[in-house]
Amino acid sequence: MINVFLDALLLQAGYNAALVAFGAALLGIAAGSGGTFLFLRKRALLSDALAHSTLPGVGIAFMVMVALGGEGRNLLGLLLGSTISAVLGLLAVEWITSRTRLAEDTAIGAVLSVFFGFGVVLLTVIQTMSSGYQAGLEGFLLGSTAGMLFGDAVIITIGGALAVGLVLLLRRPMTLVSFDPEFAAASGVNVQRIDFAVMGLVMAVTIVGLKLVGLILIVALLIIPPVTARLWSDRTEHVVLTAGLIGGFSGYVGAALSASAPHLPTGPIIVLVSFALFVFSLIFAPARGVLAALLHQRRFRIRLHRRQGLLALAQKDAIRDRFTLAVLRREGLIRPDMAPTEAGRDAAAKVLRDESRWAMARRLHQHDKIPGRYDGLTPIESVLTRDEVADIDRRIEGSAGFGGGDGR
Amino acid sequence: MNSVALELDRPHSAQAVFPASDESPFSIRELTVSYGEKPAVFAVDAAVPPESMTAIVGPNGAGKSTLLKAALGIVPRISGEVLVYGKPLAQAMRRIAYVPQRASVDWDFPTRVIDVVLMGLYRELGLLRLVRHRHKEKALACLSRVGMADFAYRQIGQLSGGQQQRVFLARALAQDADLYLLDEPFAGVDAATEKAIIDVLKALRAEHRTVVCVHHDLATVTQYFDYVLLINTRKVAEGPVATTFTAENLQKTYGGRLATAHIEQLKLPAA
Repeated sequence: MINVFLDALLLQAGYNAALVAFGAALLGIAAGSGGTFLFLRKRALLSDALAHSTLPGVGIAFMVMVALGGEGRNLLGLLLGSTISAVLGLLAVEWITSRTRLAEDTAIGAVLSVFFGFGVVLLTVIQTMSSGYQAGLEGFLLGSTAGMLFGDAVIITIGGALAVGLVLLLRRPMTLVSFDPEFAAASGVNVQRIDFAVMGLVMAVTIVGLKLVGLILIVALLIIPPVTARLWSDRTEHVVLTAGLIGGFSGYVGAALSASAPHLPTGPIIVLVSFALFVFSLIFAPARGVLAALLHQRRFRIRLHRRQGLLALAQKDAIRDRFTLAVLRREGLIRPDMAPTEAGRDAAAKVLRDESRWAMARRLHQHDKIPGRYDGLTPIESVLTRDEVADIDRRIEGSAGFGGGDGR
Repeated sequence: MNSVALELDRPHSAQAVFPASDESPFSIRELTVSYGEKPAVFAVDAAVPPESMTAIVGPNGAGKSTLLKAALGIVPRISGEVLVYGKPLAQAMRRIAYVPQRASVDWDFPTRVIDVVLMGLYRELGLLRLVRHRHKEKALACLSRVGMADFAYRQIGQLSGGQQQRVFLARALAQDADLYLLDEPFAGVDAATEKAIIDVLKALRAEHRTVVCVHHDLATVTQYFDYVLLINTRKVAEGPVATTFTAENLQKTYGGRLATAHIEQLKLPAA
């Protein structure tokens, strides 16, 4: 079993299996990178409606091809049918959202279930037809590599490559429209057309992935990679790239696994692989992972104690908290006999000055997020710009002059 | 006495500066926008003089932002024509830089300060040209003009409101436009940021560019702007601040919503 899997992984399991794995990788790259823009535009759920509304098209295309005396299982024909019904599904969502008072999520739920239900009815009817070719249509639900023809694999590969090309070509306008559609429009970008291109991209990935991943789970391949990649990076390009890599890796490994054990459906395996990457990232990602959050919390605690200790030093109060003492001692701010070192005195003076600066900043930024971000530990220069700090210092001097004059 | 002093100050900035010109950088005719059957902006005409700083002023919900967005084609208009330097909007897009309200975007978006400013160069970069060193230099230069160069590599979610506004302005600077249209650039920013922004805008005017702001703070209109458009769904008045920003016109724009005491505080010349 392991050997068979390794063979498939290393493209030794035969020409067809290799092409399928390669196609799945390309499809994963396209789904991950294209899905990122859908995710950033906050329209992820729309792809689920799109995927589910392909099913009636598959059924009707099969029936039409059989009625015309054809084989019924021609992949191109089935994909053409599913494209038409997916477009109808999208138009239905669009129409419900713009013409009724229903919100988009409601429209998505309605369209998704009605189209899917209709598709299942059609598949059941096909099962009772006496054409004998029906086997394989269930593969469109959960995906399968079993019985995939060479021509099918070529279609998947070409479709995946085209989708990746579209992402590369339109990455800038798609980023602009996802972040700031108003600015994009005012810069001469046709926002509607770009939204349309993103939907087209998602549609292409969905249709091409139907045979491999299946319509129920293709949405996972569009969403899990971007969400995972977002944990690793704060830059759009990196999120797109990482999501592509995660999708590609999941597609490749999933297809190889499924090829080595033909009874396993391909779609669920691919999704499970990408989900494993998600869980790993959720725990270990350096910026937004769970471990990183714990580490941040610990550092926060240390910084909080350092500040309390330094404030006490500046005001010549006694420090009783053991953890505070330990922190100050470890950082060389106090001597073992608790007297402040040179560095400790400087740091204490700085904390005291920042304290009054922050007090002023809180007054000036009352409606802003700044007060919330005052944890007493971030140096003020790293949160406010130079002219803002200068402004605060001027005001402090101003009010100090007044106060002193009154006092005497 | 106050009003006398103000009268003496003003004529320089007002009549003398604006020659009658049919090459207005930004003129709109009969612009109407409506959501459903309730017009948000109704048949507004306006023509901004070149190299001026114009404030669009009016009460909340008066259609100030909508006017700007409709003129730029961000929201659909029912009727009306927009000319930018005498040309239809589509032909003059490259001469415009727009600064939206900062609340209009998601600041948790995965992008850094410098990446946002680089978006201002996308027009120049096109679809495929790579971002080179000189583009980054230009973005950094725009950031230093608004005092944000130290923050270039921060994630945008870490910025305060005033800093977000500065980044948006830097992005518009990167577009190197002739006409700057800003939607409430001073809303909810700290005093230091307000000064930084107005300094940049005044510098833009000195560079022979034209600035138009949707503005909500009546107290600073005379200090910051030289031309004003007063609207409340319909246009109430338009003209140089000195002659148009009067107690009478404000009362017409705001109706009963603006207390007489408030107007008196603005120390405007008697109508």
